[in-house]
Amino acid sequence: MKRRDFIYLTGMGAAASMLPGLPVMGNPIDPAQALERVDVGLKKQLADVALNAARSKGATYTDVRIGRYLNQFVVTRESNVQNIVNTESYGLGIRVISNGSWGFAATDKMDKDSIAKAAETAVAIAKENSRLLTEPVQLAPQKGYGEVSWKTPIEKNGFEVPIKEKVDLLLGVNDAAIKSGANYITSLLFLINEQKYFASTDGSYIDQDAHRIWPAFFITKIDAATGKFETRNTLSAPMGMGYEYLNHRPQDKITGGGGITLYKGRYDMLEDAKAGGAQAGEKLKAKSVEPGKYDLILDPSHLWLTIHESVGHPTELDRVLGYEANFAGTSFLTLDKWESKKFNFGSKIVNFVADKTQVGSLGAIGYDDEGVGCGKWDLIKDGILVNYQTIRDQAHILGLKASQGCCYADNWSSVQFQRMPNVSLQPGKEKKNIDDMIKGVEKGIYIIGDGSFSIDQQRYNFQFGGQLFYEIKNGKIVGMLRDVVYQANTQEFWNSCVEIADSNDYRLGGAFGDGKGQPPQSNSVSHGSSTARFNGINVINTARNIG
Amino acid sequence: MAILSKDDAKKILEKVVGFSKSDGIEVTLNGNDGGNIRYARNSVSTAGESSNVSLSVQTYFGKKSGGASINEFDDASLEKVVRRAEELAQLAPENPEFMEPLGPQNYGTDPKTFIESTAKITPDYRAKSASNSIEPASKKDVTAAGFLEDSRGFSSLMNSKGLFAYSQSTGVDFTVTMRTNDGTGSGWVARNFNDVSKLDAAEASQIAIDKALQSRNAKAIEPGKYTVILEPNAAADLLGLMLAGMNARQADEGRSYLSKKGGGTKLGEKIVDERVNIYTDPWNEEVPVANWSDGGGGRFGGGGGGGGGQPRTKMDLIKNGVVSNLIYDRYWASQKNVEATSFPGNRIMAGGNASIEDMIKDTKKGVLVTRFWYIRAVDPQTLLYTGLTRDGTFYIENGKIKHPVKNFRFNESPIIMLNNLETLGKQMRVAGGFGGGSSLIPAMKIRDFTFSSLSDAV
Repeated sequence: MKRRDFIYLTGMGAAASMLPGLPVMGNPIDPAQALERVDVGLKKQLADVALNAARSKGATYTDVRIGRYLNQFVVTRESNVQNIVNTESYGLGIRVISNGSWGFAATDKMDKDSIAKAAETAVAIAKENSRLLTEPVQLAPQKGYGEVSWKTPIEKNGFEVPIKEKVDLLLGVNDAAIKSGANYITSLLFLINEQKYFASTDGSYIDQDAHRIWPAFFITKIDAATGKFETRNTLSAPMGMGYEYLNHRPQDKITGGGGITLYKGRYDMLEDAKAGGAQAGEKLKAKSVEPGKYDLILDPSHLWLTIHESVGHPTELDRVLGYEANFAGTSFLTLDKWESKKFNFGSKIVNFVADKTQVGSLGAIGYDDEGVGCGKWDLIKDGILVNYQTIRDQAHILGLKASQGCCYADNWSSVQFQRMPNVSLQPGKEKKNIDDMIKGVEKGIYIIGDGSFSIDQQRYNFQFGGQLFYEIKNGKIVGMLRDVVYQANTQEFWNSCVEIADSNDYRLGGAFGDGKGQPPQSNSVSHGSSTARFNGINVINTARNIG
Repeated sequence: MAILSKDDAKKILEKVVGFSKSDGIEVTLNGNDGGNIRYARNSVSTAGESSNVSLSVQTYFGKKSGGASINEFDDASLEKVVRRAEELAQLAPENPEFMEPLGPQNYGTDPKTFIESTAKITPDYRAKSASNSIEPASKKDVTAAGFLEDSRGFSSLMNSKGLFAYSQSTGVDFTVTMRTNDGTGSGWVARNFNDVSKLDAAEASQIAIDKALQSRNAKAIEPGKYTVILEPNAAADLLGLMLAGMNARQADEGRSYLSKKGGGTKLGEKIVDERVNIYTDPWNEEVPVANWSDGGGGRFGGGGGGGGGQPRTKMDLIKNGVVSNLIYDRYWASQKNVEATSFPGNRIMAGGNASIEDMIKDTKKGVLVTRFWYIRAVDPQTLLYTGLTRDGTFYIENGKIKHPVKNFRFNESPIIMLNNLETLGKQMRVAGGFGGGSSLIPAMKIRDFTFSSLSDAV
């Protein structure tokens, strides 16, 4: 299902424009069907049909992915349920190497003849592509794991929770926001379950069950007299968790600067909506920012997006090599900078780790989509660029003996390619909380939540907005600001990072809709950090008058 | 199977409607055959074809509706999908914004959206197009990365009130980015047509190669307010965002750039230069599009939908700088006692006779922009957007291109931009935009366009 069809079926219309991106959708199904599972034994049989058929046609390597991709969307607006949609996409993708070249084919006809035919097509495409080949594919070695499985460690499968419970939650959230001052609110729950089976000629048969959840809302507050309006979006993060993400507990809340409640690992949607309704009203009355240089204190609910754009993307090896030049762009982190072992990406306290194993994160998975067991590695160590994100056919370029497990396809019908793992800023080593950091700032802005975002195609120049902006003067928050965005150059920005709060403040942010490729595919990825301080950042005022 | 004739589609749809036991039913049957080739580093990276046909059913009981879809077309499967939709409708909560389906409509003649030659594109044609990019690039020490995608498809819709609509279309999209091997120059070109015979991948690729070579070793100039000449692709990106926001309900609710101080909307008010005329017309020969809409967001009302099978007509959006229509979905139209308006399938902005060369000759000091990149909303109230120039940005002085310049970040509103209009140039067809379809947009010269910082990106 294309994004257009999805918007059509969900009746989301204009509300869909609030969503940064959506995963591939399947066909609408009955909610009860989402709880049925495909037998692992059957999946192994079907996978073997594909492996054998490809081998018999001359493939020297084959991998097969049988995927069942389930989504559930519950969307409400004020006191109305706008739509409830369950979708399923089920099929098989087969990738082969023949004559040194890749070939791929996919089918949703799950009988043995159709699968064998898809295998044959994949081999034929590989042979056709090999005519234009400049150098044969070099795959990093990968041991077979035999029959293994992995599952997101969830406490409660969101698909098992009755729709009524979800509707009641969202309508309650809307009511809380309206009561605290919001004029309009759209709220939604978005659940994902990827049931993926991978088999390859390396001897792996891997069954995985990944769960993700995103509760979100979008509030608008109008001042009819002035004709002005302000918005306040949810402070939740999409997570690699079950429905337990919504079972909030006191220990999962952090009090931020100015007494704002922030969420760590669990989310109190009702409380956030109530606060959001009031804050949208405060934003309307807030002081317009004076442009200039400020020290910024950035909350993890905001910083994740800056990390995603300025660290996650430029360390993708396929961008560095030019494979994305016509769409997502290339990267300023060229191989010579990595080879020098001296490229000063950030200040000495800046450490970024890529991690596909982090519990609760969107990118957590046991094995990637080419059968590589997932792990954790340094990208930026003590401020220096030390590594990239790679897959099996890229590992040799970095002299690596194994892939880093960054291969992902957003659907059985999509070709897997290099996608971003969770990339996170490591917490500061000194004991320090948000208040300690605010106390040290003379002239600054404290930013919470993600907002407007934009970065150039090589990831140098960026501009970010946010949800809530607080002015800091002489170590104290003195009030709310509006019309704030900051602009910086990636390397200068990360070199201006002077303080990072300790691990008690560490939280995840993330997105379902990280886009790359042609045709485009989406990837779900988290970015963790503690609150961090950046000195002397350029802030501009975005207020305009159009009459 | 992917392209069903009008008669074949009608037979299947009639059968499905006949299975209905609900208060009403609406069925869509769509199919698409597509192919693509992607290349980078002067070599093909992926190529493939896909084919799909799917049937979606929406049924309703009172104000409760439910949907289901299927890609199998035997009688048992067709009946099953209707029963499933009916079960889901019974389980659904009532939607107070529910609208019953439309009755039969008169759509007029069929726009020429389907071109046989595009429907017959082969893998060989795609490979040749890639090679027409890669070969000239490699001879000039330039690296090509491009994507060609073609499609042929049909859409059809029938409901229990007697409405039937059917259309076919073809399309081809081609984009290529050319980068000089020293990493200092980059050029880009995009082409979009219903008719593949209008596409010359070699000619388009040459433009991108020339831009890459000309944009090497760009100089930095101070950010600030500049006169800009926006090529049609650059102009279209910002215009598309403005036109996508012409939703009447949001304007009425006070949360749009078209909301008015003290309440109400800017419908009928002048918001941009009087030379700005923008309209939609499904029968335009350069950008034809189906003359009916499949709903686009909530076919039974609510959620901003246009209503399944709603006719698309020729309609002014901005006339002599004045907002002449807003987009009313069927529910909101019923609340406001006005006619519903279908979401535009294409967008046409009247242009002038000036070529880009003419506009450069006529510019004392300015910047020529090939395209914009990573455009995101900053403030929905003023329609302020940020983004960057990319793949060919040049400084103009005394009527001539003086030298390439480093890319800029802009912060600008299309409303302010269209109030600062100097000259309208020739129109060009450009791809996509919110709501799909294509646009016919002129190059334009704009004064005081706000560049707020420099980027080192090439």
